[in-house]
Parts: sequence; structure tokens; C-alpha cells
Amino acid sequence: MGPTLDFLTLLPYVSELVKGLTTTVVLTVVTTLTGLGLAVAVAYLRVNGQPWMRWGLGGYVEVTRNTPFIVQLFFIFFGLPGLGIKIDAITAAFIAMTLNLAAYSAEILRAGISATAKGQLEAARALGMSTLQSYRHVVLVPAFARVYPSLISQAIIVMLGSAVVSQISVFDLTYAANFIQSRNFRSFEVYLLITLVYLLLAFGMRRAFMLVGKRVFAYQQGEQR
Amino acid sequence: MTLVCVNNVHKAFGDLQVLKGIDLNVAQGEVVAIIGRSGSGKSTLLRCLNQLEQHDSGEITIAEQQLDAGSMSPKELSENVGMVFQSFNLFPHKTVGDNVCLAPVVVRGEARADVEKVAREVLDKVGLADKYDAYPAQLSGGQQQRVAIARALAMRPKVLLCDEVTSALDPELVGEVLRVLEALAAEGMTLILVTHEMGFARDVADRVVFMHQGRIHEEGEPAELFSNPKTPELKQFISAVL
Ligand SMILES: Nc1ncnc2c1ncn2[C@@H]1O[C@H](COP(=O)(O)OP(=O)(O)OP(=O)(O)O)[C@@H](O)[C@H]1O
Ligand SMILES: [Mg+2]
Repeated sequence: MGPTLDFLTLLPYVSELVKGLTTTVVLTVVTTLTGLGLAVAVAYLRVNGQPWMRWGLGGYVEVTRNTPFIVQLFFIFFGLPGLGIKIDAITAAFIAMTLNLAAYSAEILRAGISATAKGQLEAARALGMSTLQSYRHVVLVPAFARVYPSLISQAIIVMLGSAVVSQISVFDLTYAANFIQSRNFRSFEVYLLITLVYLLLAFGMRRAFMLVGKRVFAYQQGEQR
Repeated sequence: MTLVCVNNVHKAFGDLQVLKGIDLNVAQGEVVAIIGRSGSGKSTLLRCLNQLEQHDSGEITIAEQQLDAGSMSPKELSENVGMVFQSFNLFPHKTVGDNVCLAPVVVRGEARADVEKVAREVLDKVGLADKYDAYPAQLSGGQQQRVAIARALAMRPKVLLCDEVTSALDPELVGEVLRVLEALAAEGMTLILVTHEMGFARDVADRVVFMHQGRIHEEGEPAELFSNPKTPELKQFISAVL
């Protein structure tokens, strides 16, 4: 066998590639939503929660941001059964990715929230809103708008990082590649292909985020800043 | 009927005594203008009236309900008191209509359709019915402030507090906001306004209150107070601003 590229050797494995891609996309879409949702709650409670809650959530955020993702994943999948908590691989992947994205995004979001002008909160309060109501209706959307580019990047980082869930035998895109090259020994072709697929996923994600942002933050178009 | 009753109210920020025993009664339908030098405690007094600041001692009673720390939720307070700020504080991500509708829907739980009708009425009152779907950033300062007034009115407060609502505006936009306030006063709305517009205080207020170093130094009917100030501090203040 010469060093020639032969992508036809991948043809018999199309169904594996599709399966892996589907898993990666589903994992990404779901954990982006759950992760950002959880981030909102964490950011809010880190500012407004009881002291024990602020402390606990601060611990969660710091631990998550200062340990490797793969270790977090292994802890959830291999470690937790030691405490009698047994979860399957795909669930462990969902949990690990959600917790990871939420910790980083909560910090990003907190910066956006703390940039809220004091007058906005006072106006909300003077109109009778509770703290929770003013966050929900007054603070949240402009805070998201302020840090949106960073949130996009973070969500993409987590999508790319999801490749390591193949290590706990989740059949994602990377797992599919490993599987295929172990059968046909065409590692160059298969990894080149999934590199391109990840690249396209990242571009696609950024584009989708931008489209959503353009709608949700449409109010900014009249603003001069 | 006395709507707002302030009795010997004190307020300090750390060591700084800002309000040193304020007594003030405001009757239903009365328009009271508060004037005074920067730092004399005018904003602090207004902010105590809707609990954006908590007074240290003394009593504040609004519509026969006493205001103490935690005695009234923001929601309960908003049934009585509305406030308009110097810096408008419109919610930038909501249209004019949504700015006005938000609190009645979210705080009061009123039906959206009813609230929208009220919103159009109050916006019509401030001359901005046609801006219902605009965003705040698309409006001039004067228009934004009129929306802020409409937003406060949609909650049907018994008294409206206005803290230098024209100070952030270009001079040519001041008039449109003052005219709205004047119309409200004519309708019988109870207003307590901190203002640097002496002409407006003279023409529209029933009573002018001059604050000096945390106290009400002098008060009275506007024509009398401006033409015949009794204390040297008020004399000096008037000659400085007129
Ligand atoms: N939250 C606060 N913390 C500390 N000091 C404050 C606070 N709010 C106001 N002060 C101080 O209290 C004093 C009175 O302030 P206040 O805003 O009531 O004055 P004012 O009469 O409204 O003045 P201006 O005409 O400039 O608006 C000032 O010296 C101000 O610096
Ligand atoms: Mg002031």
C-alpha cells in the first residue's frame, strides 16, 4: 500500500460515521441548552442565594474550571458507581458536558449581569418587581447580549471537547473514527475527515448562534455604541 | 386628605448625616416641588419614600400604611408610589409598549389585553401613542422620559415621585416633559418633584420646599416663597439659580 489518499475506503463505514455524527450533534445541542440554562441559575444564585448556596456554587465553579474535563467525565462515569450511583455512558457524557459548560458560562454571565446599570434594577423595583422578576425580565437579556460572543466560544469549546466522551465508549464522531481506523487501518483519511467535520460543526454552531442572537438582540440595532 | 406623611425622618450614610429630621405632609392632589443645593438630601428623601433607601428613624406613612424595613414588598409599595428617574431607566431590550406593559402583567398579573389598552391610553397621554413598537434607543431623551412617565402611570400610583426628570435632557427637550407633568398636575395627580426648573416650580407647584443641609429650611406657596424668601440661605439659593 502506497501513501495515497483513498477516501473510498471509508464508504463501508458511512453508517458508523452518521451514527457518530448524530450522537455528537445531539449531545451538543442538548448540553448547550441545559448548560446555558443551568448557567443562568448558577449566576443568579451566586449573587442572590443564601450564603451556603453561594459558597457551594462557588466551589462547584472553581473545581470545574480548574480540573481537566476528561477527569470530570471519568469521575462521573467511573467514580460515582463507587458511591452506588450507576449511570450509563451517554448520560454521564450529558451530565459532564452540562456541568462543564454551566460552570464556565455562569462566570461569563456573571460579568454580564454585574455590568447592569444600577438604575435598571431601581426602576424595576420601583415598578414593584421582586429580585427574581427583575432578573428574569430586566437584567437577563441585556446581560446575555453583553457577553454573547464569549458564550458562543465557550459552547463551541465544549462541543469540541466532547470528543473525549469516546473514552467512556460513547459512540460519538471520534469514537466512530477510532472504530473505523481499527478496522481499515486508514487513520489518515478517517481523522482528516472528522477534523473537517468538527470544523464544519464549529462554523455551523457559530452561525446558528449568530442567527439566534440577531433575532433576540434585535433591539440593539438602533443603539449607537 | 393627607396622602404622604413624613415625620422626623433621619437618614445617614455611614457618618454622613444626610436627612436630619424631615417633616413633610403632602395632601392628595397636591404638587410639591423640592428645591435645594446639590447634596442637600433631596434625592435621598425621595428614595426613602419608595424604599430605595431605608430611613434610620422617624416615620413615613403613605396612604395610611407605614413604611418600615420589610413592612411592604416592592409590589405593595408600587400600588401607592411610582417613580421617574433622572436617567429614564427604560428597559433597552423592550419596546415602548412592553416597557409600559411589563410591570402590570408581571407584578399585578393583569391580563395582557387589558394592560395593552391601558398602555395605549397612558402613551397617548404623554403624546407617544405612535411609538408603541419603537425601542428606547430609537427615541430622543425627551421621548424616553415621557415613556418612563407613562410606564409609571400604568401602575396607577397614588403619588408620583420625580427626581430631576429633566436634568439629563437637552434644553430644547425639557419643555415637552414639563408639559406632561403639568397636565398630570392639572388632572389632580399627587406629585412630589425634585427640580431645578424654578419657573416650573413657581407655575405648577402648590407648595415649594427648600431643603438645606438635610433639613427643610423653608417652605411655602411658590409665589410668596420666591418673591419673599425669609432665610438668607434661600435668598442666596434663589439669586444663584435665577
Ligand atoms: N448611597 C449613598 N452612599 C453614600 N453617600 C450617599 C449615598 N447617596 C447619597 N449620598 C450622599 O448624601 C448626600 C445627599 O445626597 P442626595 O443625592 O440626596 O443629594 P441631592 O440633594 O439629591 O443632590 P443633587 O442635587 O446633586 O442631586 C450627598 O453628600 C451624597 O454624596
Ligand atoms: Mg439628587
